[in-house]
Amino acid sequence: MARLAGRRLLFAAPVLLVVTFGVFAIAAASPFDPVKAYAGTAALGADTETLERLRENLGVDQPFTSRWWHWLTSALGGDLGQSSVMRQPVSQVIGERLVWSSLLCAVAFVVAVLTGTVLGVLAARRPGSVVDRVVTSLAYSLEAAPVFWLALLAVWLFALQLGVLPAGGLTDTASERVTPSQVASHLVLPAGVLAVSQLPWFTLYVRQGVGDALAEDPVRGARARGLSERTVLLGHALRSGLLPVLTLVGSRVPELITGALLVESVFSWPGIAAATVEAATAVDFPLLAALTTLATAAVLVGNLFADLLYGLFDPRVKFSDM
Amino acid sequence: MRVSVALVGGIVLAVLLVPPLVQLDQQAVDLGAKLLPPSWSHPFGTDDLGRDLLLRCIYGLRVSLLVGVAAALTATVIGTAVGATAGALGGWVDRGVMRVVDTVASVPHLLLGIFIVAMFRPGLWPVVVSVALTHWLSTARIVRAEVLSLRSHPYIDAAVSGGASRWRVAVRHLLPAVLPQAALAAALMVPHAMWHESALSFLGLGLPTHMASLGNLIQDARGSLLAGQWWPTLFPGLFIIVPTLAIAGLAGAWRERINPRRRSELML
Repeated sequence: MARLAGRRLLFAAPVLLVVTFGVFAIAAASPFDPVKAYAGTAALGADTETLERLRENLGVDQPFTSRWWHWLTSALGGDLGQSSVMRQPVSQVIGERLVWSSLLCAVAFVVAVLTGTVLGVLAARRPGSVVDRVVTSLAYSLEAAPVFWLALLAVWLFALQLGVLPAGGLTDTASERVTPSQVASHLVLPAGVLAVSQLPWFTLYVRQGVGDALAEDPVRGARARGLSERTVLLGHALRSGLLPVLTLVGSRVPELITGALLVESVFSWPGIAAATVEAATAVDFPLLAALTTLATAAVLVGNLFADLLYGLFDPRVKFSDM
Repeated sequence: MRVSVALVGGIVLAVLLVPPLVQLDQQAVDLGAKLLPPSWSHPFGTDDLGRDLLLRCIYGLRVSLLVGVAAALTATVIGTAVGATAGALGGWVDRGVMRVVDTVASVPHLLLGIFIVAMFRPGLWPVVVSVALTHWLSTARIVRAEVLSLRSHPYIDAAVSGGASRWRVAVRHLLPAVLPQAALAAALMVPHAMWHESALSFLGLGLPTHMASLGNLIQDARGSLLAGQWWPTLFPGLFIIVPTLAIAGLAGAWRERINPRRRSELML
């Protein structure tokens, strides 16, 4: 297992290299000018000589390949450059915000997986029943709904109409310190909306997996032995039906990141995804490049996680074969 | 199925016919009628500048569908070309191309889209290009798999031993057989592309505000929502959900027709 993980990590390195290279290539092909971004409005009145000197100082007179190499070598040393929009080092921006994004995603994902399993099993128990039809059509509608729209409607209902939950931020505006209870109450809405956006996919796959398993021989055998419906459903059908789903969990990381990006920006959650939007609006290249690389790394870790889960839960798979 | 056909037909008719038929300018500002709740004269209510929201939604859907269809077509052309090349040539070309596909696929779509739009400044073409460049991967995989399974068919062997060139086999024999799958992927991609565009526009990184898409409408409505008016937010969202479900329903029926064996597969 450690060998598999090691080998996958070796494969991940070239992917990250190519992605960072692509990021620099896109930037080089775009009309974006780092000098003007650096100097801001001052660049408008400056003469060409000053701009050229600035260009040289920033190192942007060199081809993008050498800039990429320079970025890469300093990134490996922990220096990701300076974020112009946040006015602090990129590594510091990421360090401060990563914890809040991870908290949001982890809570949302756990809630989505648990609720999705329960709903999926309920729907699979009697295909075509009222419960099944309600769950399935709700799931398809939610899958089609934009997550930022759900988030806005949730703000309207829970924060404005009912007044039970805060509409956004990490703490109350009056509060000076970040306390666990404040964070918890501010986490409910964003995590809930993110969970609801990940829920339909999970529910439908669990329903599919358990439904298929219910029609297979082991379940028929279990029924024939006179086991209770509960044991058949949870002990046999769910166990084998959940297997293909678990392995897909790791591959949901891109959707989770996408969802978090939109949810964080609606709820002003001080996470890393909201920083991406700010970086994009202000064309803050160092921050954008670092965040794109980070998200790619997260996706690769998710894929590795999926492979490991697959091997752990399916006794037929040997790690040496993978 | 029938519901889906009726809905897609209705959407296409509304998007094509309403703008020329309605005399009223959708941008007509009427501050005396701002933020009216839904009523008989304004079924969806009015926005903060007194514009009729039903009309705004239809125009928004028109813009979103246009972007969605343009991006989906571009992505399908790229994906089919790449997938067919990889599958038909095989060997190191195939391995190299699929490695590139895997690499691009490991960057989250929306993030790559945001990066492209941020570098090229928001606007119609950057949005279409960014959506197309992030969505061709699945089509390339599907088309490649299809070409690989077709290559072992006797009629391809017959064509090759009959002296047909590589190019002729690819264009005359492989491509027509792959087209139904590619068309299915394209149809399913339209709602994806619409969703993507609306997310970009919502973040303020998409279409300019004078080309109000559904995402722009939801973004514009944020102020009214915080003041308690729900209708300017609710209806544009429904205009994204209903076409998505209708297109998915139609595509599902189409898929059952072209490969009945895979009936139980999920449509997501």
